[in-house]
Amino acid sequence: MRPTHAFIGLCLILALGPQPALGDDVKDLFFGEALYHARQGQYFEAIQRLDTELAQYHGLDEPKLDTLQYHVNEAEFSVGDFELEYRMHHRAGRAIKRVLEGNVEDAVRNEAAFRLARIHFQKDQFDDALQALGRIRGPVPEQIKVDVEFLRANIYMATGRPGDAVEVLSRLQNDKSLSGFVAYNLGVALLQAGRQKDAVEQLDKAGQLTADDPAGLAIRDKANLVLGALLFESGDFERATKSLDRVRIDGPFSNQALLRAGWAEVSAQQFDRALVPWNILANREPTDIAVQEAMLTVPHAYASLKLYGRSAVLYGRALELFSNQIKRVDASTDSVREGRFLKALIREESREDQTWVIRLRSLPGAPETYYLMELMASHDFQTALHNYLDLEDLRSKLMAWQTGLDAFDDIIRLRKQNYDPLLPAVDTQFQELDSRMRLRLEQRKHLAERLQTMLTAPRPDYLATADERNAGERIARIEKQLGNSDSPESLALRERAARLKGLLTWKLETEYQNRLSAAYQHLSELNTQIDILTRQYEGFVRARQAATHSYVGYDAQIAQLRERARRALERVDTLMAQQGHMIETVAIKQLQARRERLVAQQTQARYGVADSYDRTARVQSGVEGH
Amino acid sequence: MVALALALAFAAPRALQAAPLPGDNKTDAKRPDPTAEQQQMRGLDEQVQEVKSDVLSIGAELNQLEEKLLYPSGTQVAVFVALVKGDEMRLDAVRLEIDGQLVAHYIYSAKELEALRKGGVQRIYVGNVTTGEHKLNVFVDGKLKAGTDFSRTEHFTFHKEVKPKLVELTVGGPDSGKTPIAFGEL
Repeated sequence: MRPTHAFIGLCLILALGPQPALGDDVKDLFFGEALYHARQGQYFEAIQRLDTELAQYHGLDEPKLDTLQYHVNEAEFSVGDFELEYRMHHRAGRAIKRVLEGNVEDAVRNEAAFRLARIHFQKDQFDDALQALGRIRGPVPEQIKVDVEFLRANIYMATGRPGDAVEVLSRLQNDKSLSGFVAYNLGVALLQAGRQKDAVEQLDKAGQLTADDPAGLAIRDKANLVLGALLFESGDFERATKSLDRVRIDGPFSNQALLRAGWAEVSAQQFDRALVPWNILANREPTDIAVQEAMLTVPHAYASLKLYGRSAVLYGRALELFSNQIKRVDASTDSVREGRFLKALIREESREDQTWVIRLRSLPGAPETYYLMELMASHDFQTALHNYLDLEDLRSKLMAWQTGLDAFDDIIRLRKQNYDPLLPAVDTQFQELDSRMRLRLEQRKHLAERLQTMLTAPRPDYLATADERNAGERIARIEKQLGNSDSPESLALRERAARLKGLLTWKLETEYQNRLSAAYQHLSELNTQIDILTRQYEGFVRARQAATHSYVGYDAQIAQLRERARRALERVDTLMAQQGHMIETVAIKQLQARRERLVAQQTQARYGVADSYDRTARVQSGVEGH
Repeated sequence: MVALALALAFAAPRALQAAPLPGDNKTDAKRPDPTAEQQQMRGLDEQVQEVKSDVLSIGAELNQLEEKLLYPSGTQVAVFVALVKGDEMRLDAVRLEIDGQLVAHYIYSAKELEALRKGGVQRIYVGNVTTGEHKLNVFVDGKLKAGTDFSRTEHFTFHKEVKPKLVELTVGGPDSGKTPIAFGEL
């Protein structure tokens, strides 16, 4: 990968936006799952997961018992962040406003206000952004304090208030986290405020800051490049050269710096010294604008040094390069017209990571992307590209869902086929078992009630065994048969019967407590069995309900979802066509502009060749004449 | 994009723009009035946002339907995998067996591993089991920071009730000072 690509790629990573800070371990599994998707750039899945989780949480009677309570503020912010990453600014704004208007601590509300301000700023709604920042009251979380002020300064600069920006940025100068950005922006703010001398000094400082991270190095390069341009415009060529020399040779601004450095030398009439940066530049990526310009400036410098022969040869090379590049632009234009640019965009390998826009250029067989780097740098165009890809993803999802719905229909049909013949017999059998069970449960209830009554009103006869009950009945029958006869046999028999009855009563009365305890013990044992029976009963009822729920009542929902998916797919297709057409139109326009520039440069090179040969001839004839 | 914004700003030093915050997806701080094309692009952007919202809502409903149809709460069991915070072990693969049946075998990509390291939790398996006791065998393969291979097998038991069962497995190498595979359940 070329250095430029590497850097831009890095900046795209930097530009990923706020990552929800995970201070503690994740205690809610579904929040963790949303993070798992988000960390892989799967924002659709992350939003979907977290939206569902938050909706469930807010619907709970006692949300404090839910594990999301530990992360709820973070989750509310995260869903906004994910929506922002998924380019859903409206929803992100609404999500953050909900936090802002909710009953939350000052620190949380202030962070929400900052995030809302940032969204407004990104959408060029500067007044709204300032208004959102104005809602910050009380304690501001430490980690965003500097960001808040930096954003405020940016808004001031964007709204033509450079003086206020200078004031804010001056206070941030000692902060290490954004030192390069603060220093550079302060320089720009001073320039906007008309304080050119202070701006030059400030940019000079920004251009010499120590930096070790790619973003810091880049902003330092940028400061040096801007300073070089300012000094060049003011005619201070020597200092301009020094500043431009500080731009790293392999950094993203290297080409522009080399070109400017050459012009600074030329302005100081140092043509030979101008050749040093320009010759380096001329050997770089030929599609770069600065490189193409160097293809003309190098022979121009040789001509200025009166080395016309060398100049003619190099103009000739430039002519060849421009001709080739025009062919390449034409190939790119044809390729875009044939729809290959859009096809290249949706190629899987072009989207493996966040730097896909940059790597498009190195895709094999995709000439249409060679000349679109500048275009791809535009925010609107990038949004359009991302939207196109998002639409393609939505299209794939919707199509997969439609297949999924068909599969659901199959499942439901098969379950119906399976259960419909089985369930009536099962239900009949269950009803029979159910009535038997209810009878037994009623009996058990009756026994329990009777035992309970016997605690206060003892009834030993209730606890008689079957033999004892039979014996009692027999004695009663004998007594009845004996009647009231006074015969000696009868009297003797009645006496025996009374003795037997007394014996039985004695047994029942004396064993009553033990029998009562035993009865309770048996009832308790019965309870265990009844619990098992109840669990089985409930299990069966659940299984029976699950059987019905597994195939009944889905038709309307599936039909509605199918219709919604169909309509969404139609809309996605229409939008994709419009978005694709827009991308192609803008791309072709850009390619045509580049072509016009190349044709003009080709004409210049052609003229340069002729002029150099002419001058060479004149010199030679002059020499011959001399 | 920071770099791209900076690159654009160079063209006209007199009309320089502030470099945005490194996290902002914005290229220009102050743009001229939008062209017809830009307006059209922004109009399309609004429509794309709407359709995204619509598809998200369809997706959410579809997920609920899927859960109801395929994993009803009475039988649902879901297993999640997380990494011990700060652990530098490279998790290569996780295998799960429920009651002796292989139910999941997942091999992690670098991107997925990074997501786990950053606090993400993966739902590795969703399935159905009956209520009652079940055996869960977990096999983990990975590499420690020192480059040595790391393999662990743990056996757990969980009790499935009527509500959905959530099982969390937190994996960590010996350097983490914690149990290699910690089991948690909800």
